[in-house]
Amino acid sequence: MIYLSQIVNGIGLGMLYFLLAVGLSIIFGLLHFVNFAHGAFYLLGAYLCYALLQHGIDFWWAITLAGLIVAAFAALVEAGLLRRIYRLDHMYHIVATIGLALMIQEFVIIVWGPVGASVSTPPALVGVVMLGNFIYPEYRIFVVGFTAVLALVLWWLLEGTRLGAIVRAGSESSDSISLLGYDIKRINTAVFALGAGLAALAGGLATPIRGLDPFMGVEALAIAFVVVVIGGMGSFTGALIAGLLVGIVQSLMATIWPEGASLAVYIAMVVVVLVMPRGLLGRA
Amino acid sequence: MSASLEIEEIHSYYGKSHILQGVSLTVEAGEVVTLLGRNGAGKTTTLRSISGLVSPTEGTVRLAGIDITGAQPHVIARRGLGLVLENRGIFGLLSVEENLKIAVRKGSPWTLNDVYLRFPRLKERRRNGGATLSGGEQQMLAIARALLNDPKLLMLDEPVEGLAPIIVEEIVEQISEIRASGIPILLVEQNLAVCNELADRHYIIELGRVVYHGTREEFSSNNDIKDRYLSVGA
Repeated sequence: MIYLSQIVNGIGLGMLYFLLAVGLSIIFGLLHFVNFAHGAFYLLGAYLCYALLQHGIDFWWAITLAGLIVAAFAALVEAGLLRRIYRLDHMYHIVATIGLALMIQEFVIIVWGPVGASVSTPPALVGVVMLGNFIYPEYRIFVVGFTAVLALVLWWLLEGTRLGAIVRAGSESSDSISLLGYDIKRINTAVFALGAGLAALAGGLATPIRGLDPFMGVEALAIAFVVVVIGGMGSFTGALIAGLLVGIVQSLMATIWPEGASLAVYIAMVVVVLVMPRGLLGRA
Repeated sequence: MSASLEIEEIHSYYGKSHILQGVSLTVEAGEVVTLLGRNGAGKTTTLRSISGLVSPTEGTVRLAGIDITGAQPHVIARRGLGLVLENRGIFGLLSVEENLKIAVRKGSPWTLNDVYLRFPRLKERRRNGGATLSGGEQQMLAIARALLNDPKLLMLDEPVEGLAPIIVEEIVEQISEIRASGIPILLVEQNLAVCNELADRHYIIELGRVVYHGTREEFSSNNDIKDRYLSVGA
């Protein structure tokens, strides 16, 4: 029964991991860009959410605004810097975005200090629900529901709309999409901003659960890459399955062998990569 | 009344290679004009320079009298220039219908139904992925897509290359009908039979320069020119 409760916990955690990783996966899948600043966008989202709450702004507005501000910031960075290096080798992407990530992290330390903080659960969701004999925080159930809805909306946006088709077409051939009259640079900026905004939203949503500290971005980046590698680079459904897998493995291991919880996640990645080098749902 | 397309003395480079060394040509309203020449002569580069995929370093490109030299490809496309690339540029991960839908331009006289009537095979395969189409079907899809984009001038780069003779006939038939609908066409083609059937005028390009220009009648009676610039065996 304890395991069942940990699985439920794992689903909550896994949906957050999905939200964190899907942006990284979209950016890689559509722009073929390796973004090591993804964790920093998550970090910035978390701190902006915290800062907005400090100013008395309601939690729902705080996470929304944090996501939008980070998306706007990411759009500026993409248009001013990153789009110039898309054509270069992935190594250049990594160097540039690690530099960007460090700058964001230092900015957070300068503004909010090196010590972390905690964020209280939004008043509407402080309650608990009983799952059999176990109590389960309402906020975590909300996170599962909210990210599930968001996942559906994102999937529909990318797979079911004309806009999504244009974006997918642009990732295949920037020449062909330009010849149909679409500005590929603007499309790329929008995709990058969307991915970064999703990371920031994940950061904001995570704050009531895990609190915040200036190094949470590094941890988030590692998890996001594990999820994307397990799920398959660029695969939306892969990110969902892998996010849940990683969340559940981590939660179960926290009961079975707490010291090995993080290790188990990486072992899961190694096993998947050995058996399926492209990840669960990766394309060639 | 200005020409549909007018390019004057354009020079273009790939890196440091000086590919186009002063190419001039015009396409008048209602015309089909072909651009001939051996591999590497600069035919494709001419089309890419007109469409903005390559920026000419000198010279001017005018579409319906408006200077579009060096503009971005999407801006030129919106001004009414359609280009079907030699590789056809089909989006393999999108369905046939998605390939078409993203090309539909507001105010275009062409609708999805029009192109399905014109290319019934595309309608049959509308749910299939672009990557699963045969070469001929991909060419039809590429032309259909260009039409939905409402071109004022259409450029086709070797549209029948590598296709079976029966499909070649079908594509040639479609190109004639597009011309009959009033869209002028600039055609790059190696197949002389196809060129003679379709074109009003021909240009021959060699080493990045136009070396011959003539009407269909002049060209078909001039074997010397064909031998000198187009024959493979020297």
